[in-house]
Amino acid sequence: MKTHVTTTINGESVEFLCQPRQSLLEVLRDELSLTGCKEGCNNGNCGACTVMLNGSPVDSCLVLAVEAEEATIETIEGVADKGHLHPLQQCFLEGAALQCGICTPGFIMAAKALLEKNPQPTEEEIRFGLAGNLCRCTGYDKIVRAVQAAAELQKESVS
Amino acid sequence: MIDFEYTAPTHLDAAIKQLAATGEKAQVLAGGTDIIVQLQEGHRSAELVVDIKKIPELTQFEYCDGEELKLGAGVTCQQIYDDPKVAAAFPALTDAVRIIGGWQIQSRASVGGNLCNSSPAADSIAPLIAYNALAHIAGPNGRRTVPVDQFCTAPGRNILEDGELLVTLTLPRQGPFNGSAYQRFIPRNEMDIAVAGAGSWVRLDESGNHIKDAKIVLSAVAPIPVIAEEASQWLIGKAVSEANFAEAGELARRAASPIDDMRGTAEYRTHLVGVLTRRTLAKACERVQQGSSKVL
Amino acid sequence: MSTDTTTETPKEYKVIGTRPIRHDGADKVTGKAVYTSDLHVPNMAFGAFIRSPHAHARIISVDTSDAENMPGVLATCTSADLPSLWDKGDNLGEGYVNYAHLSGNILARGKALYKGHAIAAVAATSTHLAEEAAKRIKVEYEPLLATTWVVDAMQKNAPLLHDKLITHTLDDEPAKPSNIAEHVRFEKGNIEEGFAAADVVIEREFKTSTIHQGYIESHVSVALWNEDGRLKIWTATQGSFATRQQVAAVLEMPVSQVTVTPCEIGGGFGGKISIYEQPVAAILSRKCGRPIKIAMRRDEVFEATGPTPGSFIRVKLGATKDGKLNAAEAWVAFDAGAYPGGFIAPGCMCALSCYDIPHATVDGFDVVLNKPKTQAYRAPGSTHVAFAVESVIDELATELKIDPIDFRLNNAAKEGTRRVDGPVYPRVGLVECLQAIQNSDHWKSPLTGPNRGRGVACGFWFNAGLKSSVAANVNADGTVTLIEGSTDIGGTRTSLAMQLAETLGINAEDVIPQVVDTDSVGFTDVTGGSRVTFATGLATYEAGLDIQRQLVKQAAKLWECDSEDITVTDGTYQTKDKSLSFKELAVQVSASNEPIVGRGAVDAPNASNAFGAHIVDLEVDPDTGKVTILRYTACQDAGKAIHPSYVEGQMQGGAVQGIGWALNEEYFYDDHGHMRNASFLDYRMPTCYDLPMIDTIIVEVANPDHPYGVRGVGEVPIVPPPPAIASAMHQATGIRFYELPMSPPKVWKAMMTKNTED
Repeated sequence: MKTHVTTTINGESVEFLCQPRQSLLEVLRDELSLTGCKEGCNNGNCGACTVMLNGSPVDSCLVLAVEAEEATIETIEGVADKGHLHPLQQCFLEGAALQCGICTPGFIMAAKALLEKNPQPTEEEIRFGLAGNLCRCTGYDKIVRAVQAAAELQKESVS
Repeated sequence: MIDFEYTAPTHLDAAIKQLAATGEKAQVLAGGTDIIVQLQEGHRSAELVVDIKKIPELTQFEYCDGEELKLGAGVTCQQIYDDPKVAAAFPALTDAVRIIGGWQIQSRASVGGNLCNSSPAADSIAPLIAYNALAHIAGPNGRRTVPVDQFCTAPGRNILEDGELLVTLTLPRQGPFNGSAYQRFIPRNEMDIAVAGAGSWVRLDESGNHIKDAKIVLSAVAPIPVIAEEASQWLIGKAVSEANFAEAGELARRAASPIDDMRGTAEYRTHLVGVLTRRTLAKACERVQQGSSKVL
Repeated sequence: MSTDTTTETPKEYKVIGTRPIRHDGADKVTGKAVYTSDLHVPNMAFGAFIRSPHAHARIISVDTSDAENMPGVLATCTSADLPSLWDKGDNLGEGYVNYAHLSGNILARGKALYKGHAIAAVAATSTHLAEEAAKRIKVEYEPLLATTWVVDAMQKNAPLLHDKLITHTLDDEPAKPSNIAEHVRFEKGNIEEGFAAADVVIEREFKTSTIHQGYIESHVSVALWNEDGRLKIWTATQGSFATRQQVAAVLEMPVSQVTVTPCEIGGGFGGKISIYEQPVAAILSRKCGRPIKIAMRRDEVFEATGPTPGSFIRVKLGATKDGKLNAAEAWVAFDAGAYPGGFIAPGCMCALSCYDIPHATVDGFDVVLNKPKTQAYRAPGSTHVAFAVESVIDELATELKIDPIDFRLNNAAKEGTRRVDGPVYPRVGLVECLQAIQNSDHWKSPLTGPNRGRGVACGFWFNAGLKSSVAANVNADGTVTLIEGSTDIGGTRTSLAMQLAETLGINAEDVIPQVVDTDSVGFTDVTGGSRVTFATGLATYEAGLDIQRQLVKQAAKLWECDSEDITVTDGTYQTKDKSLSFKELAVQVSASNEPIVGRGAVDAPNASNAFGAHIVDLEVDPDTGKVTILRYTACQDAGKAIHPSYVEGQMQGGAVQGIGWALNEEYFYDDHGHMRNASFLDYRMPTCYDLPMIDTIIVEVANPDHPYGVRGVGEVPIVPPPPAIASAMHQATGIRFYELPMSPPKVWKAMMTKNTED
């Protein structure tokens, strides 16, 4: 029996039908065509499926889609603001912090959450905050630097 | 995984009714970080999944200075370490919840769920036992309270009967001059299951130089979390010193009965018990001396 | 952070060496880029496999009827649906493929050769249904003894995987079949003489474990048949033409009937060249008349794709007391996995490749055993032998009290050095790399503190040349669209656009690179072998020159003069009284003349010869055996770094993979030959929190075979880390480690044993 779910995704009210066994990741990608979050392992060990759920980053492969009822979800598709890239996205591009790009949406979601919680993180705090996101291409160096650069940019725009 | 029904009751009684009616074919869902994987991979099966996150009693999170800590079963790791008062008063628990998975796991995983999953390698159970926490359970036959050190019975098994669920955990006030710490050993720095873990709790005298009471609890080195009684008792009256921590570590090793598996050999795990006991005792005492556990 | 060290006469480039934003970047940071799994094709259904639970078993029967009877199931497929192929070999560009073996690996015939070997597949209306249905396929097995360690598999009484496999060797062919598929041997000089003249001889044995490339995207394909019998496949692949060739062969179709579209790819590192699910998706699709998507689960990727070989290596090196190497002997055994054809030859060729050694022999063995068929993982074979050889070099240097970098400089391969397998090096940059690390801030900063150590090591990979084709269309607005077929795994479409821009004298932003399918571009070999920036770059350069010639002709028409009267300088076209930029000229001529289409098709010279040298500082926790990397510097000769950020990225990414290989990654096999850690939880790749920044030094010793001096860079960075770390571990602990990974339990045990012995 399919369940009817009403939720908010990237600021818009969304409705969908799903089986209770379907994960949020599966529904976002296959029912709602929000394919920005990626499946890397399907068991919470790589972070490629990271989305924001009620203000916290989660592995959407470990959330049942039915749990989205009355929740607030943000995905990578909602990060840029009508064509204006978020400072993190801009810094990832300028800093060449991606190679194959499959982990990038997950990293940007986690890093965005990190900077919102801690606008001026140390390198160690960045690395700890992103430990749940695996990247196999970059060795993480340029990712960490991109997050540092975005923090700098945000500091400058505030002051 | 097979199909299941899903409910998200808003009232505890409704949850109990649903669980009782479905019996062993029902699973409780808190953070889902264990149960969803198990359902997908076929290690557990369910016909009904009962999501407890909408039940107020199971998400309550109450702490006042000097009082007991009340943790609903669904309170997440992140909620605990984000609360500076709780983090200061119960640092071993905070140590544990900061290292369960990465941030994406911690924002969902609950201490209650960690306890009910009853893995021998669970990180938060050892600190709960060290703090003499109580598990408050509700079921079709009413309510009961069980000390957390009696909760787990075997790997993946606990004292919950069909239809019962964990409602809250309470951690009593810990008293003056107490300190605690939890550490585990993993090959990487994050994202691994504990190879061995130790939670140490101490109460020092006013001078901070002698141990008046101690409790060392080990994880991942036995079928269930185990209290290192001999080591704990031995510390009483002893001076705060590296040598005594090391000796306690040696004694704690005797309480461990680990297995060989791909995460570590029995020999290595036993050795790590000594190391982690020593290190957590040192940290716990340091925290008292730094005043990070205030007089409560 | 990164220091560019140019050692040849620096040329002034306008675009090359700058760091433009990659052309596909915006799509990737916003989640818009389409990877294969993101594809939704109308009426699409889904496939799933059933796989062997046994490491080695005879397949007695396969009964798909229960699955077929489930509602929602559309078709099933077994090896009976694949044509029987001759035991025939073919050139796959960078390597060789045996189609009978490939087909057997895709769906097992007669025997399951490893746990996870695909037996059958099901198509259904959802992935969940397909997986449930796959479980209902009844397979009867007769389990056999299995072997998962290469040395065991070589023994006379080892369980035999293939009844007719006779060792291919230059010696007399053995009378009986065995698991040894091939014996290769390289010889140079006379090693008896060499060792006799040595003052110090050190011989050691080494073991490495099975390692996976660990790309975050699994294997995914969508197959669809046109009504005219043409097959379309969308897939995550490093080589759409290689996929086309293999699919066509396995299904016995003409290549012209198969179109492969490479979607954006989530990592490959050598593991996405061979095919797995593509033909199965095609067969299921043909049977049920709907497009079929198959996406492997993560555990399937670990158990049933192509990890890199485990190995056993014995190395003996002899040197004079002045530190001159005069003899080397290596005995190398590599897993091939379930079917022959591993990377023993490249491994043997790389073993001594960094040094000028007058007398040497290398014997190598390709051994089948009950593990998944191995595939390339970034410089395949080179990391294994480097761990062994560089470790012995380190011991020699220590014993002779010679600085480890000086020891290497004293013996380094250079232009004119002949490798043990024959080729003589042209101009190469190993010496420059060693000098660069010797002069680096890292090397010059002292490392202090207990339990700490510093190590260095170098590495080599040939880099491939092979075939690439491109077309470049000049647009009406003066921009140029570059059509190429090299799947972009790490930013290569931008480095190609930059090369075209440099050639034409325009901005990188005015080139629009597109990676296209097999119908839309000429034959192009795989993205692998560190070849794309080099070889597809060469084709791109040719296309640029071709455009230039055409534009000159059209300018001559426009200006009513002879082509010979027109000069082109930095993209400005001039005759005695007229001058226009490329863009201005292109806009003008596009209105009236024939379209300008540039063409480039090359079979690039093989071997741009990449050398690298790394330094690592680390600290060991003596209580637990855990290693913390404190500082890391990777140096490499890139020939010419077209886009330095992406060259740095290759160096950093490869170095971190090597660190994981050295410290924590391995396949755990139990006594039944089953992999116990087929998930990212227990197959431990480094996380962000396990590492420091990775500093890079790019050396540029121009490659004479490329107009801009490009050498491939992608593979070498994975080679030095394991031996560099082993050397640092020795400094930190006094212990030599001869096995990978140097994981905490092993390190602790070795330290404990040493303490007891001391």
